[in-house]
Amino acid sequence: MSALRILVPVKRVIDYAVKPRVNKAQTGVETAGVKHSMNPFDELSVEESVRIREKKSAPVEDICVISAGPPKAQDVLRTAMAMGADRGVHVEVKDGEELEPLAVAKMLRAAVDKEKSNLVILGKQSIDDDAAQTGQTLAGLLGWAQATQASAVKFEGDTVLVTKEVDGGAETVKAKLPMVITTDLRLNEPRYASLPNIMKAKKKPLVKMSLSDLGVANERRLKVVKVTEPAPRQGGGKVEDVDGLISKLKELGAI
Amino acid sequence: MQPPAKVPLAPPSLPARGLAGPCSPPADRGWVWLTRHTALRAARSTSRANGLSAASYSPSALRRLLSSLAILEQRDGKLNHGSLSAITAAKKLGGPVHGFVAGDNIKGVADEAAKVDGVDKIIAVDNAAYEKGLAENYAPLLVENIKKGGYTHIIAGHTAFGKNLMPRVAALLDSQQISDITAIENENTFVRPIYAGNAIATVESSDATKFITIRGTAFAPAEVGSGSAAVEDGVDPKAEALAEWVSEDLAKSDRPDLATAGKVVSGGRGLKSKEEFDKVMLPLADSLGAAVGASRAAVDSGYADNSLQVGQTGKVVAPQLYMAVGISGAIQHLAGMKDSKVIAAINKDGDAPIFQVADVGLVGDLFEKVPELTEKLKSSS
Repeated sequence: MSALRILVPVKRVIDYAVKPRVNKAQTGVETAGVKHSMNPFDELSVEESVRIREKKSAPVEDICVISAGPPKAQDVLRTAMAMGADRGVHVEVKDGEELEPLAVAKMLRAAVDKEKSNLVILGKQSIDDDAAQTGQTLAGLLGWAQATQASAVKFEGDTVLVTKEVDGGAETVKAKLPMVITTDLRLNEPRYASLPNIMKAKKKPLVKMSLSDLGVANERRLKVVKVTEPAPRQGGGKVEDVDGLISKLKELGAI
Repeated sequence: MQPPAKVPLAPPSLPARGLAGPCSPPADRGWVWLTRHTALRAARSTSRANGLSAASYSPSALRRLLSSLAILEQRDGKLNHGSLSAITAAKKLGGPVHGFVAGDNIKGVADEAAKVDGVDKIIAVDNAAYEKGLAENYAPLLVENIKKGGYTHIIAGHTAFGKNLMPRVAALLDSQQISDITAIENENTFVRPIYAGNAIATVESSDATKFITIRGTAFAPAEVGSGSAAVEDGVDPKAEALAEWVSEDLAKSDRPDLATAGKVVSGGRGLKSKEEFDKVMLPLADSLGAAVGASRAAVDSGYADNSLQVGQTGKVVAPQLYMAVGISGAIQHLAGMKDSKVIAAINKDGDAPIFQVADVGLVGDLFEKVPELTEKLKSSS
């Protein structure tokens, strides 16, 4: 089996613990001064790549993390390198200029060519846009096999066995490299970057480029007409005991 | 076109204006100006006005009238009725609705789907290669059938199957998919939750072919009625499958399916162990005839299977009754259940965020309260 050259796309998103607020102009979500971090599913992708190398389940030649976004996206690339990625590629996109999943997939296709990657591990979705598309779109553009929502990845000779989370349980598929895998929550528990590793990560190579360096444009197909707050839900108060609970549920017609 | 009664989206004033015809130029021109923005309306008004002034519509609006393809799911020769939500969404768009099924020995599924109210045609591809829904060969299969049918809208559920397949198909046709929509404003404009449901985005697509996955809880499944749509063999490009299906391990349960259940009882970290989870939650579920769900904390701790997870990264449910037991109510969990009709919460922490959304809350030890509740529900029924 040829050595793995893993490409791991990561995204900088509003931290999962922060409750996002819609901006006054109703054009999007307030991002200024809000804590951002690496998309939680992308942490799983980085972790899995590093574990493949550590467990020697397959020879790993290179783990390259890539992110498209504003200058601050470099923070998540450094985090990924502190977790064990070898190097980073930052595709600089202006602040506030978002890429749609199709554009990201086209950018990644170009990056795969450039980096000669044979395995791309992505998160199953980003917790901001919740689209759950990029991995599948990329696999389609490349004409590669795909395994989405992975909860286990195993190498057997030149084939990869992936257990996927599906509705009602799990399903296992196998494919030969090259392929695209998207990660689900049960896949692993991402490590924390240790301080020495954070210091070392600062010295790892980080290449900056633009979309045009990769021969792609930020072509938007969807226009955001407006972004609004969801209709608020009013709590209905508390009851004293189980009988109160049952009678309230009957009153509400729920039982 | 279907009769107007089946496409009630247009305001009632339109037909009257349309029928006024060329005799009333200002009103008519205004109407044409309004309607020619959208192929959908143009298509509707053409049928209403009996081809009254087709020449005055913009050519682009007439070139490609709206038609939808709903991707239906099946397993082992059984139609997944939840996937009929895609037909409901397609009917809301107007225009002809075709259904698509593929798999091994598909005839029974296709015949059942043909009875669904409002479906004009079922495209079926009988080939064991598609039985497991592998995206690598299923996507080229869809591409060929979409090209042949000239559809403007391709709709699938935002399920594991739809999520895996649709973006790949959209990529092959260079279209930017719109994921997990909860409402349709018009044929170009859709509403979808973002940021775990903390914001609602309305987006307008400029793609010629629109790929849409829908949130099942926002569109009730279409009924299998007495329809008699034609069943037609689809094109089969017999594309190579780059991946191979190996095995599956599906949780067996006699309880209702979580995604479509009318009642859901859900347990969280407060259950403390798998034994306690089963001992406390399962009898409660049975006393209510409810499906069982779980928070991510409960799943991560091994109390419940991952397929039971409710939330941003698990299933989204919107039952009549959602009962949260020992769940604090983190935003990722709320994302999966806050559209439930009635939310009840049992938690020992009176300040837990779940009480802010619960219609009825009970502060107390779940190990006492839930068995008591289960007993009282049983004896009252």
